[in-house]
Amino acid sequence: MSLRRPAKDQPENFEFNHSSLEAAKSIVAKYPKGKQQSAVMALLYIAQRQNNNWIPLAAMKYIAKFLDMPYIKVYEVATFYTMYNLSPVGKYFIQVCTTTPCMIRGANKLVEACKEKISKNENELSADKSCSWMEVECLGACVNAPMMQINDDYFEDLNKEKTLKILDKILNGETPKPGSYRGRVNNEPENNRKTLMDFKNA
Amino acid sequence: MSQKIIEKHLWILKMLKDQDRIFQNLYNDMGSDVISSQKRGDWVNTKEITDKGREWIINEIKDSQLRGRGGAGFPTGLKWSFAPKELGSKPHYLVINGDESEPGTCKDRDILRFEPHKLIEGCLIASYAVQAHVCYIYIRGEYFIDGQKLQAAINEAYEKKLIGKNAAGTGWDLDIYIHYGAGAYICGEETALLESIEGKKGQPRLKPPFPALIGLYGCPTIVNNVETIAVVPTILRRGGKWFASLGREKNTGTKIFCISGNVNTPCNVEEEMNIPLKELIEVHAGGVVGGWDNLQAVIPGGSSMPLIPKDKCETLTMDFDSLVAEKSGLGTAGIVVINKDQDIIRCMARIARFYKHESCGQCTPCREGSGWMWRMLERMAKGESSRDEVDMLGDVTKQIEGHTICAFGEGSSWPVQGLLRHFKDEIKKRNKFDPIVKENKNIPYLVDQHLLDKNA
Repeated sequence: MSLRRPAKDQPENFEFNHSSLEAAKSIVAKYPKGKQQSAVMALLYIAQRQNNNWIPLAAMKYIAKFLDMPYIKVYEVATFYTMYNLSPVGKYFIQVCTTTPCMIRGANKLVEACKEKISKNENELSADKSCSWMEVECLGACVNAPMMQINDDYFEDLNKEKTLKILDKILNGETPKPGSYRGRVNNEPENNRKTLMDFKNA
Repeated sequence: MSQKIIEKHLWILKMLKDQDRIFQNLYNDMGSDVISSQKRGDWVNTKEITDKGREWIINEIKDSQLRGRGGAGFPTGLKWSFAPKELGSKPHYLVINGDESEPGTCKDRDILRFEPHKLIEGCLIASYAVQAHVCYIYIRGEYFIDGQKLQAAINEAYEKKLIGKNAAGTGWDLDIYIHYGAGAYICGEETALLESIEGKKGQPRLKPPFPALIGLYGCPTIVNNVETIAVVPTILRRGGKWFASLGREKNTGTKIFCISGNVNTPCNVEEEMNIPLKELIEVHAGGVVGGWDNLQAVIPGGSSMPLIPKDKCETLTMDFDSLVAEKSGLGTAGIVVINKDQDIIRCMARIARFYKHESCGQCTPCREGSGWMWRMLERMAKGESSRDEVDMLGDVTKQIEGHTICAFGEGSSWPVQGLLRHFKDEIKKRNKFDPIVKENKNIPYLVDQHLLDKNA
């Protein structure tokens, strides 16, 4: 199990803004009447997006009221799932996959790059407070290993130099292009495709 | 021409014909929108299929001998037939499992982003077969971008009246919703997934009752993998007999294999079941980095499946039953190739860390044992263990396996057992210390890292 604790400094209040409220209502409508608790995961995401990529305890209390469920159940969910950040992370939140398929293709070089450019330790903000990074478990892009995720986007087929370049761009306030950094647009064997040949470049 | 080149050419001749591949757009050559999907044959006469009736659909799937593609390989037709025949007071649900988190596996992602309409049409047919009006597609939270692509396809399907009221003219009403996970591997277990949709922690439920009778919100629910559902429309169009003619008895059809790790061209490829592992690696994945002789071991079906050493890889064929015969399993067909440049103990220690991180914490053997296995393997990789700990590690895996609510216990202990089965000598060579606690050898389970530190 992973150990997860909420941050020490917590804001007093939290409320959905207008767009979050609209989104929350449309999500609750997806589930049968009386089963609005199902929406808790999606609502936590909305709160996280609204609140600079992390969820304060006040948001959990607000969501509990919103969905008419006990606060402790929201707290349970927020602490169980690892994609909910319980303490502040950078505006650019970098997650490096280091599980075996990525590891054997050199994921530790990506970690080195993050240590050089962002911060010495995981979950520590960079000097300009814009980035933080952490090692995560398999992100499900194993044939594009090694890879990392920055906010919602996947950056695939990396090596140390390419990672350093991406991190430089971020630290300069630019947005790097997501996707494969060897120019792959799909998961076909590069220059070695032997199937579905009739459709290639069709 | 050398023997090797001849062999390679023979493989290409024997290879599955392109027209027999189900996922024609696996490499997104043609676009994933509804119009291009229709050109490939999706959504064409869906009504004719449903008009043949539920019995026919379920029997055809039974005839095709399709087995679930999510890892366990349960016959899909049989699973559907468990749903109550008559609609009672409770609604039925169809839930699609797209919580693909098994290290080494990335097939569902390509279906979500490149073949979403195969999945959506499959949802309609499956929902009709099990009498569900609502279908939830559970996608892991990290696949947010790919989930958005699926959502766009669902919106397209609504616009074209392919789903919604009187979906595709079949007279069946169907709503499809996406539910995002949030980074919990365990939610790929079907009952944990249902808990997660209900807005709870993803901790598996005791079975029985099985979800087919008491599932989501206590209602009859059928849970299927993304790939399983996406192949259904093609099977029904071309007939169960066609699907059953591929592969071999009880291991029929085609399967997307993900080949990752130390290969020259890691890729996803759809191939016939029962294909030789060597063919997958040599022909599609461009061979092992450093040549075939540099191969050390292969994890054949995602990280939960025990690894297979090189000598067995020569002749191994990839299907459910032949891998079980090798004391491994096909799982999700995520093949991780490990060559001799890698430290095999460290690779397995990393997998053990994955399981330690992802255990849901419900059952003690798994919650504690996964941490023990990880810490022991880390020390073994460094050569800091004593000789007797190698057997002790085997004991720990046996204490976890079969003593948990869900199959996570097996999933976490099998890879370690695989390592011990095939690489025991390697571990023993590296770890030569005498046991530290000599007198108390008959209480090995209390010996853990912190105790050793104190005694040292």
